Amino acid sequence: MAEASSDFDPKEKVHGDPIELPHIQCGAMAGTMPFKAAPGHMQPLGFPGELVEDWHDKAIARLGELLDGNKALRVYLDSCVKCGACTDKCHYFLGTSDPKNMPVARQDLLRKVYRRHFTFAGKYFPSLVGAEDLTKEVLDDWYSYFHQCSECRRCSVFCPYGIDTAEITMAGRDILDTIGVGSKYTNEIIGKVFTVGNNLGLPPKALKATLEGLEEELEEETGLPIKLPLDVKGADILLVTPSADFFASPHMEGLMGYAKVFHEAGVSWTLSTHAAEAANFGMFIGSTENMQKISLRIRDAAKDLGVKRLVFGECGHAWRVAYSFLDTLAGPFDFLDPNYPIPQHIVEFTYDMIQRGKLRFDKSKNDAFRLTFHDSCNVARASRMGDEPGGQFELPRAVLRAVCNYYFDMAPETIRDQTFCCGGGGGLLSDDIMDVRVKGAMPRMRALKDVAEENGVTHMAAICAICKAQFSKVLPQYGFDREAIVSVHQMVSNAIILTGSVQAKELEESGHE
Amino acid sequence: MLTIVYATAFYAVSLLLIFALGRRIWLYATTPAPLKIPTTPAPLTKGGVALRMLREVTVFQSLFRANKWIWLFGWIFHVSLAVVLLRHLRYFLQPVPLPIVLIQPFGVIAGFAMVAGLLALWARRFVVERIRYISGPSDHLILALLVSIGLSGLTMKFLARTDIVSVKEFFLGLMYFDWRPLPADPALIVHLTLVLVLMVVFPFSKLLHAPGVFFSPSRNQADDTRERRYVGSAKLESTPRRA
Ligand code: SF4
Ligand code: SF4
Repeated sequence: MAEASSDFDPKEKVHGDPIELPHIQCGAMAGTMPFKAAPGHMQPLGFPGELVEDWHDKAIARLGELLDGNKALRVYLDSCVKCGACTDKCHYFLGTSDPKNMPVARQDLLRKVYRRHFTFAGKYFPSLVGAEDLTKEVLDDWYSYFHQCSECRRCSVFCPYGIDTAEITMAGRDILDTIGVGSKYTNEIIGKVFTVGNNLGLPPKALKATLEGLEEELEEETGLPIKLPLDVKGADILLVTPSADFFASPHMEGLMGYAKVFHEAGVSWTLSTHAAEAANFGMFIGSTENMQKISLRIRDAAKDLGVKRLVFGECGHAWRVAYSFLDTLAGPFDFLDPNYPIPQHIVEFTYDMIQRGKLRFDKSKNDAFRLTFHDSCNVARASRMGDEPGGQFELPRAVLRAVCNYYFDMAPETIRDQTFCCGGGGGLLSDDIMDVRVKGAMPRMRALKDVAEENGVTHMAAICAICKAQFSKVLPQYGFDREAIVSVHQMVSNAIILTGSVQAKELEESGHE
Repeated sequence: MLTIVYATAFYAVSLLLIFALGRRIWLYATTPAPLKIPTTPAPLTKGGVALRMLREVTVFQSLFRANKWIWLFGWIFHVSLAVVLLRHLRYFLQPVPLPIVLIQPFGVIAGFAMVAGLLALWARRFVVERIRYISGPSDHLILALLVSIGLSGLTMKFLARTDIVSVKEFFLGLMYFDWRPLPADPALIVHLTLVLVLMVVFPFSKLLHAPGVFFSPSRNQADDTRERRYVGSAKLESTPRRA
């Protein structure tokens, strides 16, 4: 596992302004890239196993197809005026100082080839407009720098034309895959979804065993037979959640939180082995084909189980795909109950229950946690919760405030729609690029350090499996506790007082004294 | 001779501008947007989107949040340009409408402000390390072109006054296909030549941001995927679903 390079000491870097401007260091991250996918990881996704002979022509042809099929790409490649407004907005630039990690420079890697082949100026006056041929070196730069972008859209918030570098990165990765160059991490995982049903490759048997184990734990804790149903036909709700929720901390604690809320709400619900994954890495690699294929599994599961509602667990990009894309990719969902949002986020579900006074909490159970909240990029800038714009910021905070006594926001320029990526999004959550991940996390780590020192914040809650996994890895490097990252529903789970539970009895007894 | 050359050039360049720009806009308008990708929080309705767009193109809302200096210089330049362009309408309209008459004095101030804004933006390309890194020859050349147009225009107003009545006759003549002579005045010729260059360059350069902003999916889409089914491309829609 590659550590952050030696001149970057996270424990020292954790102090400072989250948006402090670095001096540019050309080539600082050149050649840093994730492992390439083997033929066995490429072919199941419909890509050539290795770099094809006529890669140059194929790449240009693919770029042409994408231009014809995606308005965003076409408009964005033409419209940038090099104003520089985005240059200091990317956490990877702030963390690495590599100028090619400035959003506009990242776009230019693709734009220069676009200009050369698709514009009059670039064909006849290439050096004037920075048009360049697609060489092997450019291809290497693509692979390297399109894998140092987490598709977080922070740059698009600030660009006067809304140019979204994530769209450029997705197009770049799509072209690379089309000519046989893919990232092992993302592509292997997509393959697992197709063969096993989830990113972790957790087979149905193991999943069942895990859920049974959690049920036992829940019963032990609460004295109630709280279920985590799997493949139950005729259930009302299908819960689709990232497979990390079945696997590790703090994800699992979140899953138990969902189960408690569902139990208390008295709804019938189920998980599905066929759709045991909310994540959709098809989006990360910019492959609408693969994204659609994965999305259709959710439709199939919902049909097979005959559910009426669709609820998604805590996962950032999964919520983007669910909220923004699912209906387009796999709809219409006219077989679901139109009286509920299609799809609904678990935070919306819980928030709704709280609003209706259906849930009881003992906030003091969370008194060991002085909390802040990390807005996950894809929830913050690519989706919504609730009925109002910006509900994606208010609802999780409202839930947290309902379940804990101590809540503090981080600096305004690092939260809500200006939130900084955890550093591991967009398919970068791979140990072979730990250097990129650690450096990219710097702005968030600094913002956290500030509230830790100022408000004594001890824990940061998140609603994204990738954020949680990333923070579990990078928090210790920056000198925080590995377990300082928690699930929102883990906090719910800690404080909820289920009717008839051990906790309810305890509370009544202490109340009577 | 001069008149013939410039009259022909203006016709040719106008046609080029209309066709090349029209084609570009056509491409932007007809290229499918397969998925909904507004940068959120986004308006929930079409009306809200129109307001968002209005804020973007009038007060440069996103740029304001991003960087106050770029915003200030960029905004001064664009607003001044708009006023200057309006002021120039008096050379193309007879009689001159009252509002255009009224803004004439502002037009002159705007002329200076425009050049000042441009020079400030240009300075950033040298002074600020990050912006120096991303600036290419064309970025400098476009600024040079715009500054020169502004300066040659101001020269005609303040240093070497041109026979503006004849200039107006020339342009009205162009519009009504009744050619009149163009005064052979150096500042004027420089000004008009540079404007011709700008018109040629427009549809092939980053000046396409002007139409582009209206077609940017992250800004022009409503956040309504749960309320209205979005079908962005035939390809995604035709993939078979289980009934
Ligand atoms: S903010 Fe937008 S227009 Fe300005 S340099 Fe960045 S991408 Fe280009
Ligand atoms: S999308 Fe995020 S990671 Fe990618 S360039 Fe923009 S700010 Fe950086």
